[in-house]
Amino acid sequence: MGRPGFVHEVDRSTPPVLFWRGENFSLERLPAGRSRVIYPPEPLPAIKDIDGAIRHALLHPHDQDPLPALLFPGMKLTIAFDDVSLPLPKMRRPDIRQRVIEAVLDLVAAAGVDDVHIIAALGLHRRMHEYELRHALGDRVYDAFHPRGMLYQHDAEDHDNLEVIGTTDHGEVLEINKRAADSDLVIYVNINSVSMDGGWKSITTGLASYKCLSHHHNGETLQNTKSLMGHREHSALHTSIWRLGKVLRDHGPKLFQIETTLNTDMFPEQYAFINKREWEWTAKDRATYLGVSKGLNLLPVKARRKMFHDIHSPHQMTSVQAGETSAVHELTLAKVFEQQLVPVEGQTDILTLGIPFVSPYNPDSVMNPVLVMCMGLGYLFNMYRNKPLVRKGGVIIMTHPTYRDFNPIHHPSYIDFFEQVLPDTTDPVVMGQKWEKQYAEDEWYRHLYRTGNAYHGVHPFYAWYWGAHGQQHAGKVIIVGGDAPTVRRLGFTPASTLDDAFEIASDVVGRTPTISHLHVPSLLVADVQ
Amino acid sequence: MIAEQLAGKRIAITGSTGFVGTALVERLLRGAPGCELVLLIRPSKRHDATERARREIFKNNAFDRLKQELKDAGGETFDEMIARRVLALGGDVSTDGLGLNDADKAVFAGCDIVIHSAAAVSFDSPLDLAVEINLLGPPRIADTLNAMNVTPHLVAVSTCYVAGNRRGNAPEMLVSDGPWDIGLDWRKEVAATRRLRGDTEAASRHPEQLAKFRAEARQELGAAGAPALAAKTESLRLAWVKAQLVEAGRARAASVGWPDAYAFTKALGEQAVTEVKGKVPVSIVRPSIIESALAEPFPGWIRGFRMAEPVILSYARGLLKEFPGVPEGTVDVIPVDIVVSAIIAVAALGPERAAPITQVASGGINPLKYKMLVDNVRAWFTEHPLYDDEGQPIVVPEWQFPARGRVKEQLERAKSIAERTEKVLQALPLRGKQAAWAASLEEKKNEIDRAYEYVQLYGLYTECEAIYQVDKLMAMWASLSPEDQAAFNFDPTSVDWPTYISTIHLPSIVHHSRAKVRPGKNKIDRAARLRGNVLSPDRHLAAFDLENTLIASNVVESYSFLATRRLNMPERVRYVVRTLAEAPTLSSIDRKDRADFLRFFYRRYEDAPVDQIAEDSKDLLAQLILRKSFPDGLRRVREHRALGHRTVLITGALDFAVEGLRPLFDEIVSAKLSVRPDGTYSGNLSVVPPTGETRAQILADYCEAEGLKLEESIAYADSSSDLPMLEAVGFPVAVNPETRLAAIARKRGWLVEEWAKASGAPSKLLPLGTMLSERERRRSFTKEGVR
Repeated sequence: MGRPGFVHEVDRSTPPVLFWRGENFSLERLPAGRSRVIYPPEPLPAIKDIDGAIRHALLHPHDQDPLPALLFPGMKLTIAFDDVSLPLPKMRRPDIRQRVIEAVLDLVAAAGVDDVHIIAALGLHRRMHEYELRHALGDRVYDAFHPRGMLYQHDAEDHDNLEVIGTTDHGEVLEINKRAADSDLVIYVNINSVSMDGGWKSITTGLASYKCLSHHHNGETLQNTKSLMGHREHSALHTSIWRLGKVLRDHGPKLFQIETTLNTDMFPEQYAFINKREWEWTAKDRATYLGVSKGLNLLPVKARRKMFHDIHSPHQMTSVQAGETSAVHELTLAKVFEQQLVPVEGQTDILTLGIPFVSPYNPDSVMNPVLVMCMGLGYLFNMYRNKPLVRKGGVIIMTHPTYRDFNPIHHPSYIDFFEQVLPDTTDPVVMGQKWEKQYAEDEWYRHLYRTGNAYHGVHPFYAWYWGAHGQQHAGKVIIVGGDAPTVRRLGFTPASTLDDAFEIASDVVGRTPTISHLHVPSLLVADVQ
Repeated sequence: MIAEQLAGKRIAITGSTGFVGTALVERLLRGAPGCELVLLIRPSKRHDATERARREIFKNNAFDRLKQELKDAGGETFDEMIARRVLALGGDVSTDGLGLNDADKAVFAGCDIVIHSAAAVSFDSPLDLAVEINLLGPPRIADTLNAMNVTPHLVAVSTCYVAGNRRGNAPEMLVSDGPWDIGLDWRKEVAATRRLRGDTEAASRHPEQLAKFRAEARQELGAAGAPALAAKTESLRLAWVKAQLVEAGRARAASVGWPDAYAFTKALGEQAVTEVKGKVPVSIVRPSIIESALAEPFPGWIRGFRMAEPVILSYARGLLKEFPGVPEGTVDVIPVDIVVSAIIAVAALGPERAAPITQVASGGINPLKYKMLVDNVRAWFTEHPLYDDEGQPIVVPEWQFPARGRVKEQLERAKSIAERTEKVLQALPLRGKQAAWAASLEEKKNEIDRAYEYVQLYGLYTECEAIYQVDKLMAMWASLSPEDQAAFNFDPTSVDWPTYISTIHLPSIVHHSRAKVRPGKNKIDRAARLRGNVLSPDRHLAAFDLENTLIASNVVESYSFLATRRLNMPERVRYVVRTLAEAPTLSSIDRKDRADFLRFFYRRYEDAPVDQIAEDSKDLLAQLILRKSFPDGLRRVREHRALGHRTVLITGALDFAVEGLRPLFDEIVSAKLSVRPDGTYSGNLSVVPPTGETRAQILADYCEAEGLKLEESIAYADSSSDLPMLEAVGFPVAVNPETRLAAIARKRGWLVEEWAKASGAPSKLLPLGTMLSERERRRSFTKEGVR
């Protein structure tokens, strides 16, 4: 049993603290007496008999008949699964999705069902490469289904294969994948890394159309999403999604939701120091840290990137539950919070965040500047329950090299967004009105999304909207170590060192601000009282 | 009174579009309201005489003063006055009979005074041109008048420099009457020059010469296609002929004691007109070096740059560090309004009272010493420096008064270094920024060339130690009434040189040169302005080349990608080794002719199954094209589409390789392979790849068929082989140009774009297809498809 999360008050004996800086790290000394470091709980123990647990979950679902009872010969069955954005980093083979789907397919085969489609529920994300599908599902599933056209990826732009399920009382239209809509049963296989995901969000975003997504994926909604990771009722995004979920439950196909949670054992042995508290570092940890960080400095950025994206994470399943979506999701959330929640007393003037090499939108790709904003203000800032870690009008300081690099295969519309939209405005609402339509309906982006491996044309807007609340909440955002013109383009202030950043922040928060540092990795949700 | 003497007179003027001519027309219209003017103007290709007069004379700012005065007076407008008093006739002093038709001849015959100011004033005119205009011009006029049996007063404008290279006094008399006449026969000179012209033309067509021009054209343009090469070769030949004749003029003039062909032919012209004038009374006016106006129509007025201006500006730009000359030597400069007043006075006095030859010069009576000129110029530019492109002031160097030989030597050395560097750079495969830098080097070389020319041409003038006598001029001045002296000042002593140089002449020429006179970078970005032109809704079509314009890839890479997709590791290694071994052959074919290369290379697709290639090509977009694409370029295509322009991709690549780009373009013009009945490619082309000049033709045909305008179209390309296409459209854009194209784009002021690959693109050492899994490979086509 790992130790729970912990808030460490920095004093004079506290060693420098680890900060991510993209594809590298730095150790930074935080001011004593007014800083605190929030450490995540240590990884929960994984389930020993994973396949047994999965089978048990399928046979003993919550508020739903056991899976075999839902299967009958001649039925139309669709299995949807979370895409490459989860988990981060990618897990060691076999992927949990493969295990769940293989278990499901055993039951399906036993029941004599042969009209089975497996769909990657990628929403407006990029299509997965073959090697990614093979990684997530295993070669057996891939080779059995893909050549016969029964394993494919959702296409939010294929209007012939989308179907309207119904409309919420707020006028939101639920439009999802037609195959799923017409199925006798839809099984959804999820990985719940953060509390924002899962539940009704799985199908209503993963299998939805652009039109459907735009009801809640917009600047205004995200500005009003005051609790992305915490309480649903304070999240305009989730309220909307739960309304759509109600429509899906009442008018959509029969559903069988399978949710899984992972522990936070994210990095393999050679990076053990990442998961440790700095004052507990052994001589070996110190040596590895030095070796790794100095070694990384010698490598070109592309090689560093490759090294990190090639990491296969040892994290493992801590729970699996199946059945009715709402019932299942409550259990999942409880497990997620058990792993991630850390009670924290009050807000501080400054929040410091080390931005890692990866976000949900750049697996095996480049953390481009837009994603740096999304990761910092959209994800890490939002890792709280009740109140943000930083007070309203406070300062957020991130560390990341923020190079002007983009992957042209995965993020073509991001490049144009950065060159065309950001020089014009960084305001989510303004850009939504002025630019979003043009990008969403662009024929070229549509072509690349549908036939290549590109995120949808509108996706950079969504990534930007994700940080809308953080952007509004913070009085100033500083990026340490970033390419200055690029950082300015994002609407942030560049600083060369953390001390400089504190100096710059003093305009807003004075000379002796209080500071919280969110120690990522791994994942944690600060429960701010 | 001059104005009264000219009242009611009809005055014919040649050379009215020139510097002196324009000032003369203006002065007569303003200062002698009673006269009428007949302007003899050579019709150009586009405009007849009247139109040329309107565009080239009356639009000049010399007339601003007169226009304002007429406006202030109310009554007749400027245009009405022109219509009433000025008549433009189509004529040409370089043809016998002046090229006048019968009606115009009658008008010409009715003139009371003919002022001949037409001349080939350039010091480096080809000898034949100088002879036809400067030598034969005046006798032709006299002949024409004699033939019509009329005897108006012919005032011929010549130059003081007819005196030739001599020291000491140069009196106002014919050179042939002077003590140093060497007895030249102008008729023999004319005959010899015409023969030389024929010989040079013939020599230029010699096979060896033609081969040389061709090689030079290829060197400059690369593989730009036959028509473009032909045009360039012919223009090089013409330039060579001209250069030969310029050189011949300089040599002939020097051999008989004149500084250049201009002074030489002018001298013989004076002799010729005196000989053939018959009953026509002739007065000759000889100005020295004419510069900007002292007072009329306004101080500093000047038209065109001819002699001192380019030298002074080159100095101010830091280009010319030294200029040969003797410090105590005299630079005989005379403001244009003084010259014009003198001409008018001669015309008004008439042949009886005016001297046969009047010199208008300053050297004999109010000399400007070379040192004084240089000191004043230097002081002025030290106080008012020009600024370079970076917005930094240019410091003018101290003048050393070196001998001509030394300066020439220095420049020759600089020139040969620049030439060699240029050759080396052109041979290097440079692109983008480096290419632009190389192109700027070429500009430097041209600047050195120009400086060298100046020194060669004008050096003699700064060393000239002849003193031009102005006794006749001063006698005429003394005979004028005070009113005429006030209205028509031609007294050289009225010029105060330091004041003239620093408050009139230099500000005027700096203003005219549009040189940068303020610090800081230019506010209006030239590229941004050009980009605005390109991205205007008024445009019709945007054509794009593919390789190195939109993607940093080529047909060899896409072939390699497709060919290796189904190979295992050892096979891949063999493929790479084989391809690298072939690389030199391939690239040498490519350099010679693009179409040949493509034809040769595409044979490798022989036996490849069509459906396998089609399937494998699907990955080509994501894995090769996008990875190597220039995001700015792709965005530009879409910007054009958004503006409603037609977008066209013109590429030598095969249709299936560019299929993925279809959503970007309205039209894709590419090569196609023919397919055999068994569903494999034959390796032969069914549609020839569009290269070189065919691209221009395709665009022209497309525009014609679609009702679009080529001159409202835009073309993007990276290499000089696309020159025909770039030249065909109204808005050419050079993308990451190689050196030759960079130089051309720079010269012609084209928009140059530097587009780069996305910096986060995954890099691969070799453009090989992603390996398929073992199972997929086993499933792959059994027939050995792509070799």
